[in-house]
Amino acid sequence: MLTEYAFWFLTFVAIFSAMGMILSKNPVYSVLSLIVTFFAIAGHYFLLNAQFLAAVHIIVYAGAIMVLFLYVIMMLNLNKVDEEKRSIWSKAAAAASFGILLLVVSAAIGHGHAQSELQSVADTSAIGTTETLGLSLYKEFLIPFEISSVLFLAAMVGAVYLSKKEQYN
Amino acid sequence: MPIEILLFKLLLCGIIFVVSLGVAAYATWGERKFAAVLQDRVGPSRAGPFGLLQPIADGVKMFMKEEMLPNKSNKFLFILGPSLFMLTACMVSTVIPWGGDLTLGGVTYNLQITDINIGILYMFGVVSLGIYGIMIGGWASNNKYSLLGALRASSQMISYEIAMGLSIIALVMMTGTLSLREIVEQQNAGVSYVVYQPLGFLIFLICAFAETNRAPFDLAECETELVGGYHTEYSSMKLGLFLFAEYINMFISSAVMVSLYFGGYNFPFQTEIAEALGLSANGLTIIQTLIFFGKIVGFILFFMWVRWTLPRFRYDQLMSLGWKVLLPLALVNIFITGIVMWALGLIGNN
Amino acid sequence: MSLSNRSVVVSKKEMSWSERLYLPAILGGMAITIKHLFKRKPTIKYPEEVREIAPVYRGQHVLKRDEAGAERCTACGLCAVACPAEAITMESAERKKGEENLYREEKYARIYEINMLRCIFCGLCEEACPKEAIFLTDRIVPSSFTRGAEVYGKDKLVETLEQPVDVSARQRPEVLEFKQDKKHNHNQTHLDKKAVRRSGH
Repeated sequence: MLTEYAFWFLTFVAIFSAMGMILSKNPVYSVLSLIVTFFAIAGHYFLLNAQFLAAVHIIVYAGAIMVLFLYVIMMLNLNKVDEEKRSIWSKAAAAASFGILLLVVSAAIGHGHAQSELQSVADTSAIGTTETLGLSLYKEFLIPFEISSVLFLAAMVGAVYLSKKEQYN
Repeated sequence: MPIEILLFKLLLCGIIFVVSLGVAAYATWGERKFAAVLQDRVGPSRAGPFGLLQPIADGVKMFMKEEMLPNKSNKFLFILGPSLFMLTACMVSTVIPWGGDLTLGGVTYNLQITDINIGILYMFGVVSLGIYGIMIGGWASNNKYSLLGALRASSQMISYEIAMGLSIIALVMMTGTLSLREIVEQQNAGVSYVVYQPLGFLIFLICAFAETNRAPFDLAECETELVGGYHTEYSSMKLGLFLFAEYINMFISSAVMVSLYFGGYNFPFQTEIAEALGLSANGLTIIQTLIFFGKIVGFILFFMWVRWTLPRFRYDQLMSLGWKVLLPLALVNIFITGIVMWALGLIGNN
Repeated sequence: MSLSNRSVVVSKKEMSWSERLYLPAILGGMAITIKHLFKRKPTIKYPEEVREIAPVYRGQHVLKRDEAGAERCTACGLCAVACPAEAITMESAERKKGEENLYREEKYARIYEINMLRCIFCGLCEEACPKEAIFLTDRIVPSSFTRGAEVYGKDKLVETLEQPVDVSARQRPEVLEFKQDKKHNHNQTHLDKKAVRRSGH
């Protein structure tokens, strides 16, 4: 009962704040409503017993990445609305590519839905806890996990290189 | 959840809220008194005996002051900033175990609002949200000094959060849990974790200073050199909220440090003492809670002691300390902890 | 050449490892601050506690009355002349019939004002006074909100009959004797000088 109410509440918050993110003129409001969306989604994770994911979602996305977004937006001078004129072609291309993305995502969701029905018998109470997640990450998926961290390392090296570049020239 | 436990939790929420506000209020008094004593002065002594009514006088002053809204500021965000800062400051207290179990009328009540098994992560999540209060407040002031102050404060907090998280990871490796209650319970018989993790504790302590924007890292306070910080444009109780939240943060981070590294509400020989005095379980719990608060007060005094000893860091020194010293040290600490645990056969068996 | 032998030559040598750790220095600093916890506080909580002042403290002035209660001041203006800060001003008047109990001599100060903002409390007015009329007392001049309130008139300066101000600390016999001593040039009035000149020639 309570979880169902929480689910609907979080869903509405997520959808409306996502709408607010897209529709608001002020980029700072956009970022703030995106943060609210993240919170709602973190709440969903909580309801799905994935506490670790929820916490990490808040720490990483809301706590770190969105702060950096906010930095950039705040440092830009946003008082003037100087939206550049886009040609009809670029608009059409954007619409088409986003439509295809939507198609792919909805297909994936539909597919996933079909699969989850098969797996719903599995016990979900401990599936998202830190321990199970850690064990599966560091045992079953150790190599992909480490490779993805190498990707981060590469990005970091690139950032350092870019910021240091002036000294070498 | 039975209704009496729900009511108890609600009551506990209220009590903890009031207590943390009270502690924060009297921390302002204590801060001034302690500073005065360290500087051979008397400090607040006019309002009430020993100036004990000073926090009330300060609060009244804050409320009575003129409320200023900068002309071209974003009103909504301007008010949201301090509110958010205060909210996040109060939110961490939900996962802190304030004491053991109380048994009243056959029902066991736990002196912790919620024992989620990701307590430490929750804490980090909430702390990282505190940055938004500062950033929004600084940006909404529509003042370049406030904005720069907000950027300074928030990038400082983000930088030190990393070293803080890594210093805790070494602790979590030893405890094997993220629940603060379990960490405290693990320390009830044996030694506090500060003995096993001295380096981790030192890093955490320094980061706690930086996270609470205090002592040698209080760049927001330098009006003379940097035109203040994110709260330059704030006045009246909105400024009061910012300043007050700092004290709540100090209280909460002291509580977290005590829970993680100093045994929380446990004290040495507690079972022996309880037996010798013939205490009931409830009596022991109450004494434990009092001891917990005693430890917290000790930490708060330490915060103040440091504040009135050390000069402020320059901003580049602050950043290089965070990134070039504390971060590698925290990594080394994790490494050493892992090696020792592996050598003792605590990990790597399964 | 050093006078105090306390000068230190600044050296910018590399810090040693323990110095770069900063922790010993921090702990040393904290030891210093905590020592002050046990030091005596020099603060004097003013309204309850009053700072001990010398018996000859030079505070707010008083215009004395004589034994019969008549004002001693004759508005000779010597105090105003002596005042280095030019804080004193006065206006004289002639004593009318029937005012003998109010003023000791035929001439008196109708207005006597000391600007306490200008006064430097040097005590030269007291030294200059030939009539033992003005004295500085150990009372502290209170602050006020306006400049005008700091100009003290006779209402504040002249002692009341009910509450005579004790100036015995400053009006010591040695001082009196010194003031009467005609050996010192500054104690000679023009009459004395005339007499000296007459006897000399």
